[in-house]
Amino acid sequence: MMEEVQDVTSALSVHGHNIKVTDVLKDGDTLTFVIVSQKVSGTGEYHVDRTYDDVEWLQQHLFSQEDVPGLHGVIFPPVPAKPQVNVTAKGMKQLGFLGLGEWQPYCKALETFLRQVASHDLLKKNKAVEIFLTSSDPPGRQRVKKNIFNWLSQAMDEMRKEGHKDVDEFFQAQRDQNLVMTGCTKNATERFLEVVLTEQKIAVACGHFSAALHLCVEAGEDPVKQAFSRICVKLSEVLESMKKNMMSVAENNVNTLGLGLDLESRYQEAEKEMLFRRTCKLVELETARRSAEKAKPVKKAAMEEVKKAAESEFDHISRVAKQEIAQFESERVQMLQQALVGWCEQQLLTAKESADQFDRYLQAFRGMA
Amino acid sequence: MSDRARDPPPERTDFEELEDADDLFPEPAATEESGPASLTAEDISTNSNGPKQDSQFDEDPEDLFAEATEEVSLDSPERDVLLSDGPSPAITPITPPTSVITPCLGHDDMFTHSSFDEIEEEEGGDLFDMHIAVSDPEKVGDGMNAYMAYKVTTKTPMSMFKRGEFSVKRRFSDFLGLHSKLASKYLHIGYIVPPAPEKSIVGMTKVKVGKEDQSSNEFVEKRRSALERYLMRTVKHPVLRKDPDVMQFLESSDLPRAVNTQALSSAGLLRMVNKAADAVNKMTIKMNESDAWFEEKQQHFENLDVQLRKLHASVESLVCHRKELSVNTAQFAKSAAMLGNSEDHTALSRALSQLAEVEEKIDQLHQDQANADFYLFSELLGDYVRLITAVKGVFDHRMKTWQKWQDSQMLLQKKREAEAKLQFTNKPDKLQQAKDEIKEEIEELDAKVQQGERDFEQISKTIRKEVSRFEKERVKDFKTIIIKYLESLVQTQQQMIKYWEAFLPEARAIS
Repeated sequence: MMEEVQDVTSALSVHGHNIKVTDVLKDGDTLTFVIVSQKVSGTGEYHVDRTYDDVEWLQQHLFSQEDVPGLHGVIFPPVPAKPQVNVTAKGMKQLGFLGLGEWQPYCKALETFLRQVASHDLLKKNKAVEIFLTSSDPPGRQRVKKNIFNWLSQAMDEMRKEGHKDVDEFFQAQRDQNLVMTGCTKNATERFLEVVLTEQKIAVACGHFSAALHLCVEAGEDPVKQAFSRICVKLSEVLESMKKNMMSVAENNVNTLGLGLDLESRYQEAEKEMLFRRTCKLVELETARRSAEKAKPVKKAAMEEVKKAAESEFDHISRVAKQEIAQFESERVQMLQQALVGWCEQQLLTAKESADQFDRYLQAFRGMA
Repeated sequence: MSDRARDPPPERTDFEELEDADDLFPEPAATEESGPASLTAEDISTNSNGPKQDSQFDEDPEDLFAEATEEVSLDSPERDVLLSDGPSPAITPITPPTSVITPCLGHDDMFTHSSFDEIEEEEGGDLFDMHIAVSDPEKVGDGMNAYMAYKVTTKTPMSMFKRGEFSVKRRFSDFLGLHSKLASKYLHIGYIVPPAPEKSIVGMTKVKVGKEDQSSNEFVEKRRSALERYLMRTVKHPVLRKDPDVMQFLESSDLPRAVNTQALSSAGLLRMVNKAADAVNKMTIKMNESDAWFEEKQQHFENLDVQLRKLHASVESLVCHRKELSVNTAQFAKSAAMLGNSEDHTALSRALSQLAEVEEKIDQLHQDQANADFYLFSELLGDYVRLITAVKGVFDHRMKTWQKWQDSQMLLQKKREAEAKLQFTNKPDKLQQAKDEIKEEIEELDAKVQQGERDFEQISKTIRKEVSRFEKERVKDFKTIIIKYLESLVQTQQQMIKYWEAFLPEARAIS
């Protein structure tokens, strides 16, 4: 059983950019992911089995890293929601695209998360990352500590702070823009998911139609019956082809733009959380300043210390945040571009294949006696 | 009693309305003779505009129609001609059925064999060249009295029409009226008369009330398409297209309003057929099917009915989801546009706006595809489900014809027995009179029995031909529609390819 990790950082012994989630195994209610990473020195790989509990363990340790000033200014790479094997309707809604396709999109999303963590300058030095990626024992099936970033249990007065006016124009603009973008992106992601789900329904309907056509095939030597049977068989093939086309279209949607929008959406939320943390620090700072001013001489020195600490933390956070935001902006544009290009290319390919396929059936029908 | 067994239950049914032609035409009712002769009257009433094959012994069939005027009522002087000796070539549209011209037994062969065969030969497969379009739906009038008028354009080089291209205005009840006339003339002798499109109270009310929204536009388009298909199917039939009612419908600028169209839509037809079927099932005498072909075919059509309904349900589901996809795609397009508008990064914003446009175009493709799904497949399958109802109807009529024949035979048998008993009566003064009466009755019944047998053979023969034609048409129909559908699929994909190819450079240009 793993012990508490020493909060000592060191260099990561594996590459971050090519971590792979190669497999997912279902065991009753639990999903186990197989994660493969490449050693930095020499050749060789690490293969580890991890469940979602292990991922949460990693997250906890990332959040609670103590030796990084301005850690709260980090836009933490967003982790996918918890996967449920017997997924409820609410669970499906939460997972969105990641709940589709036999967990393949989920693996991709998890992979992206790990790559981002292992490539992040401030995060990758955390020992927890090393343990997560390389240790043969699963790091943490222990009960997790209270998550200080557990926004779900945020008290109501904390939420009030969200609208607190900023002292910095740059950050105010960033917060305003983020508010709009999170809404738009979430909306677009949900709409796109509806499109994909309907495409899947159409594929199923084509399958039913195809099966029903097979029932119309009749034996017998009557030439008219035979002609009709031939037509039904051929049409059934056409419907199968339509089904495959729809499934491809849906898959392309999920694997490219779907994942892209999903990641963008979760990343916007992550930025939102970071900005909120900074805002909370701002409120703390302003409170500390007021306290220091009003403090009676007896307490003044102590209050000044508190104020100075808050100022220092706030500066660190703002500095880190600025860097993170710049990084975030450039990465997300790149990521979305990749998603859009990949989406377009795959759909173009599918359309060309389908056009050919349908045309062949058309010629066959035209040639039918 | 055999009377009850022969007819459907005595209450006013759709079936009776059709059989009793009094209600179809606005002329006063004819008197029906009582007793055994009532059979004859019924036959006349239903066959007043008799099937054309009986008049085909004339050299040039087309001349018949040059003299065709309005439909004949039971009361018109022509009817008396019917009852006399044989058809006069001048009384073209109302030449009687073979039942009335029994004395001219020598013509039998012509009526039953060569006449129909003549039509078949001269038609062939390639000689049919007619195209009917139903277009320009126009609302006439206001409020609940309003109706839709459709333009019916016929293009044909066939010589039986005066002009090569002509148009008339017709309303929905006109179509129903045409169908009712054809059904009353041809169904009971074994012709598969294509059913008219369904009535729809809800759909039509919306149109009358003036709701100019998408659903009422869709309704009008659906109806227009159905009316067109209905007419094309009707004129494809080699016998029906020569019917004067059909020709009048297509050509004449004035058409008497069809009344009492309530029972005459295909829903009404279905009710009628079902009632007839029920009546057949309730018959005390079950038909001995001596011809395996009929048994096999009936089973075949039962199976086909079930299969087509399943297919229809599948297609309806597909159409439904396709429409859903169109709605969802449109919503996604909007959300993508909003995203593009909010996006700070210029090139990404531009690409997202393009994405929204592409999705809007794709939505249009989905709508077109949904229309293809519907108008090609769904309506084709629906048409054939309704057509099979008509096919089942003719089979049932054959059973009824058989039943009629059997009933006559039974009656004849009874009369003969009665005649035999007469020999032993004790009232010699009344005896001769009674003997003469009975002899007369027996002669009439005998003729009836023979007519019944001929009718049964005729309807059986007609049904065989009709079924053969129907099956061939079915294969052709399906093939044509499938080809159209595949063309739409190919076209959709090719459009998609264009859209994606246009979007790709936009996506690549982001950074």
